[in-house]
Amino acid sequence: MPDESLHLPLVNSLLERHKGSPGALLPILHDIQERIGYIPDVAVPEIAHALNLSQAEVRGVISFYHDFRTAPPARHILRLCRAESCKSRGAEELAAQLRDRLQLDDHGSSADGNISLRPVYCLGACACSPALELDGRVHSRLSAEHLDALLDACREDA
Amino acid sequence: MPTLYLPCDSLARAVGADEVSTALITQAKERNLPLELQRTSSRGLYWLEPLLEVDSPQGRIGFGPLTADDVPSVLDALKGDPSAHPLALGLVEELPYLKSQQRLLFARAGITRPLSLDDYRAHGGFEGLTRAVAIGGEETATAVFDSGLRGRGGAAFPAGIKWRTVRATQAAQKYIVCNADEGDSGTFADRMLMEGDPFLLIEGMAIAGITVGATFGYIYVRSEYPDAVATLRAALNIAREAGYLGANVGGSGLAFDMEVRVGAGAYICGEETALLDSLEGKRGIVRAKPPIPALQGLFGQPTLVHNVLTLASVPLILAKGAQFYRDYGMGRSLGTMPFQLAGNIRHGGLVERAFGLTLRELVEDYGGGTASGRPLKAAQVGGPLGTWVPPSQFDTPLDYEAFAGIGAMVGHGGVVVADDTLDMAQMARFAMQFCAEESCGKCTPCRIGSTRGVEVIDRMLAAPEQSDRDAQVIILKDLCDTMQYGSLCALGGMAPFPVTSALKYFPADFGLQPSEAEQ
Repeated sequence: MPDESLHLPLVNSLLERHKGSPGALLPILHDIQERIGYIPDVAVPEIAHALNLSQAEVRGVISFYHDFRTAPPARHILRLCRAESCKSRGAEELAAQLRDRLQLDDHGSSADGNISLRPVYCLGACACSPALELDGRVHSRLSAEHLDALLDACREDA
Repeated sequence: MPTLYLPCDSLARAVGADEVSTALITQAKERNLPLELQRTSSRGLYWLEPLLEVDSPQGRIGFGPLTADDVPSVLDALKGDPSAHPLALGLVEELPYLKSQQRLLFARAGITRPLSLDDYRAHGGFEGLTRAVAIGGEETATAVFDSGLRGRGGAAFPAGIKWRTVRATQAAQKYIVCNADEGDSGTFADRMLMEGDPFLLIEGMAIAGITVGATFGYIYVRSEYPDAVATLRAALNIAREAGYLGANVGGSGLAFDMEVRVGAGAYICGEETALLDSLEGKRGIVRAKPPIPALQGLFGQPTLVHNVLTLASVPLILAKGAQFYRDYGMGRSLGTMPFQLAGNIRHGGLVERAFGLTLRELVEDYGGGTASGRPLKAAQVGGPLGTWVPPSQFDTPLDYEAFAGIGAMVGHGGVVVADDTLDMAQMARFAMQFCAEESCGKCTPCRIGSTRGVEVIDRMLAAPEQSDRDAQVIILKDLCDTMQYGSLCALGGMAPFPVTSALKYFPADFGLQPSEAEQ
């Protein structure tokens, strides 16, 4: 892993931008993750210091929310919706297909570091279930063939 | 070449609207056609998306659901007889699905461009704010109270009481908080409104701000809705430039401004007090009430917390009057509700109607039954914490009290339909599993009970003997009882609803005889 301290100037500039606004911790964490891809450990003491919090409080917030990562993600992030509406249209079969093709549990990254898999509970696409989100884009009315094509595109891209 | 309209809504895009748009632009260029294409909001007739609309002398005609491959033939058809195209739908506003609706909140859906102030104003935008400024805070609060508007997030608390409570407080700072953490599966009305008509929400919040004396507001949007976040942020800048936000809101002499905050994937942050903690930069932990947020909310200050649809209903109430709004609905459920048809449904989409239509009308007349064509098994109404309602109860009118009467809830208006292949025991297990994953951990019934719930259901499903299963049913029912009455908030308190309703109406899925499940 590259030296995380290289991220410190960026972290500190983001802290400088946000620290005057009330309740700034979530916006700060979102910005760091958007720019760096995850929340590096080295950022935690800096955030705590800037917001006058303990490191435990900052870590507590990072671990509470499903969105925040503390390690770099794979090249592609795939989130399959597993909520009721999508389940009623075959989301579990798609989940099985993903487990099979990627040799993964529902959470985790494929061995080649190409795809990170995560469940999500509702993308607001319920009128055209089932749905998934791949690298921030929602795909709906999914079929097994459609999912295969999306995975193939990810692999070719690698 | 007439003007063409294509939605930029995220779900329309998820089923290919951008590809259709690209094809239209490319094809028009190849054919040397002058193309005017407007990206509007969605009508919410999602089974027809991507739905292309074209101006005609009689009104807009529609084509859908389109793919990019259909674009050449549609352009050909526009030169001749459009109705001859196999995907031609005729006049969109004459489609029975849309024509029979009572669109108040979603009056502009599919018609206007989300970020066009001109479009918004041309269709009644800011009339409510103008009226509120003219009549002052006291009368505005009275109009909201008299309209009978109840909180659309699910709890259905009378909005006017909250407004009067916050207005009556004395504080250095008050806040308006919009709960846009629409996490319930099967719901998408908030998303549609934020992506499609952001100025309506901004107008509603500005009215709320100047009425209760709050000078700042937050819209807390879930991170799963990036398009809504981007649209709202752009709309805020436009509204601010035009003087609808800032030091002198709509010429009132009063200040109000707001910002968008993004959640981080925690379902519990849709609970209002957890949402407030999250806005304060903390873990989204539910607070014990009292104190109520109206008195001590965000940063300990008086805070008016409402769902997107509640705040967005206010401009109309002001513009048309409380009586106009009250004339829709039944009993104590007044106004209209945007119901959302989802799951295994042929015609999934948004149906805004006055309260009082039956679930059967919604699922069968609008929804057209299951998408799979298989027999209907049940519908879960009101999100993942809602009851599974069997078809025998589909004649219940959609009204807060009538639904409470059958042990169900209207909630945020989401309806997830299932056919006979969906295993209700697995759905009951999922309800407990979801609660375990999303519990904030503050109270024991929810934190521990949900995990035990998964285990009990697993044991029941694995038990070879009928007597073992019966023993587990007793434990499960006890557990549900403890969670329902002992939890601090609705997550633990209502997670048992899908479990007990599945057990009651579909005992065979659990390997039980009907009589045992009802004991």
